[in-house]
Amino acid sequence: MSQSFQDSPKFLTERLLRDGYGGTLAEYRAAGGYEQWRRAVTSLQPAEIIDLVKDSGLRGRGGAGFPTGLKWSFMPKDSGKPHYLLVNSDESEPGTFKDRLLLEKDPHLVLEGAAISAFAIGARTIYIYVRGEYVYPRECLDRAIQEAYEAGLLGQKLFGTDWSLDIYTHPGAGAYICGEETALMESLEGKRGHPRPKPPFPAGYGAWGQPTTINNVETVANARPILEHGAGAFRSVGTKNSPGTILVGVSGHVNRPGVYELPMGVPVRTVVDQVCGGMRNGKALKAFYVGGSSTGLLPAKDADVTLDHDAVRERGVMLGTAGLIVMDEDTSIIRATRVLADFYDHETCGQCSQCRVGMEWSYQIIRRIEEGRGHPSDLKTFADLIQNFSGGKTICAFADGAAMPFKTALLHFREEWEEAIRRANPQMADSPSEEPQTAGT
Amino acid sequence: MSEQTILTAELRQEFESLCERYPDRKAALLPILHRVQAIHGCLDRRAQQEVADFLGTSAVEVHGVVTFYPMFREKPIGKHLVSVCKNISCDLMGSDNLLAAIQRKFAVQPGETCTDPSFTLEAVQCQGACGYGPMMVVDGHYHENLDAAKAVQILEDLKA
Ligand SMILES: Cc1cc2nc3c(=O)[nH]c(=O)nc-3n(C[C@H](O)[C@H](O)[C@H](O)COP(=O)(O)O)c2cc1C
Ligand code: FES
Repeated sequence: MSQSFQDSPKFLTERLLRDGYGGTLAEYRAAGGYEQWRRAVTSLQPAEIIDLVKDSGLRGRGGAGFPTGLKWSFMPKDSGKPHYLLVNSDESEPGTFKDRLLLEKDPHLVLEGAAISAFAIGARTIYIYVRGEYVYPRECLDRAIQEAYEAGLLGQKLFGTDWSLDIYTHPGAGAYICGEETALMESLEGKRGHPRPKPPFPAGYGAWGQPTTINNVETVANARPILEHGAGAFRSVGTKNSPGTILVGVSGHVNRPGVYELPMGVPVRTVVDQVCGGMRNGKALKAFYVGGSSTGLLPAKDADVTLDHDAVRERGVMLGTAGLIVMDEDTSIIRATRVLADFYDHETCGQCSQCRVGMEWSYQIIRRIEEGRGHPSDLKTFADLIQNFSGGKTICAFADGAAMPFKTALLHFREEWEEAIRRANPQMADSPSEEPQTAGT
Repeated sequence: MSEQTILTAELRQEFESLCERYPDRKAALLPILHRVQAIHGCLDRRAQQEVADFLGTSAVEVHGVVTFYPMFREKPIGKHLVSVCKNISCDLMGSDNLLAAIQRKFAVQPGETCTDPSFTLEAVQCQGACGYGPMMVVDGHYHENLDAAKAVQILEDLKA
């Protein structure tokens, strides 16, 4: 099991916790920076690195928690084609702001981790797709890339070998869907961000039809500590199925919101009370979105849940990006759900009609319930709608992501919805979930 | 109106080096559009046509891209762009009060432009600053941990 959060190693943020660390190349190298990159290129085989990452048990930090070493092993060997690594820095999931910390404060860690990852999959070109709004984080990365080229850490014939590597940043332009890996590839190619049907999978047919791996910023950053400290050290933190640390971004009604590197398996209660100094204004906890809005919410009684993939799944939600959104007793779940419905309605790419229509319709229903105009049949219609657009019926996972906060809000806070409908329909006798008893809107 | 081209020789040269980063020059479309919008103020039909010609693609393709991405606009805006996050974490921290205060003080609604200070106001989705809300972005610069008074002051300071 995991140790207490205070004693847990800080694989990613140890430098940031030091006073005065500015993230320049000189400072990063003084802290052992790029030694693992050198080691990879000069003395390790790609297959060795993939095995090491497999042994570490590292799972993707971009939302789905897919085993990273396994993903890398899907890339063809000796394909004779150009391979690409795309680092996903789209970071647009509501409640998620952790990659930005690394991009701004320790960009060389991201570059070194990405470089090692690229070497493992045989990629000589990396594109870091940075959401368009992250102007400053992208500047930090661009500056770091330039420093690394000037120091001979990127470019041709690295460390006296035949290996070469180029890294470029690429800006998005405000579309959440471009964080979805196949939409990201379309967007990188200069098109609308419409997700592609899978198969084909990116490892076989990715960016420009070439073998491609897409990984989150935090995922690739972990490559350095795994090489540096070994798979065993990485596994000694966290849980069996969710090893290592995770950057938990806490927002909402706590005293000290922010990004914290914590061992996987830390209880939400500990994060709220100890890491973040408790609830703001001494209020009680009402509910929390576990790892970004698309993972769903849990009520306060579930705050004993630990932040690892298995534990949260047992409660019917997902770990996602570990963007923990904390809500106090005064929060309206209906309002929170409406705010999110507005988001999903705005961000659906529109390719699949269930999703396009489902998001808009959901928003309309929630909106009228919130405004005291809910119809007795609304909760049933809403549940039917969710049923209709979720469960893998669409090209990508966007609609299933949207279904999570909707479903969990209905499940855990049923009375709140029913109460709102009842207030809007004083003539109504009983359960608002029944078929319509009145006509009109 | 002058018939001067938007893509000057200098810009073309800059964009050529962008194109070299990719196996297909069309991939440079997003970075190019960002740059043209920053210089030209918006991506009107003329800008779209010039970019399409430069990349060897059609204006229809470019138009499809411009209209897909929320950060691109076809019409000019005020001198400044003010984007207030309305998504969940910021909403929990009172972003609606902040937005209302701005609307009241400067008599402007989201989607509209006011004159002194001259800015276009928009309410936007999550900006990746969730732990530091409420927040707004002014011309690409993040202002975090705001309250209504601080936000209004920042915008007052934009006055010519
Ligand atoms: C709608 C949608 C949005 C997504 N946004 C992001 C994102 O902003 N950043 C990210 O890393 N992954 C995002 N993902 C997950 C990616 O598709 C992909 O699984 C991930 O980048 C893989 O990296 P990992 O294996 O390192 O986690 C999103 C997925 C969906 C369905
Ligand atoms: S919700 Fe406002 S920045 Fe994320």
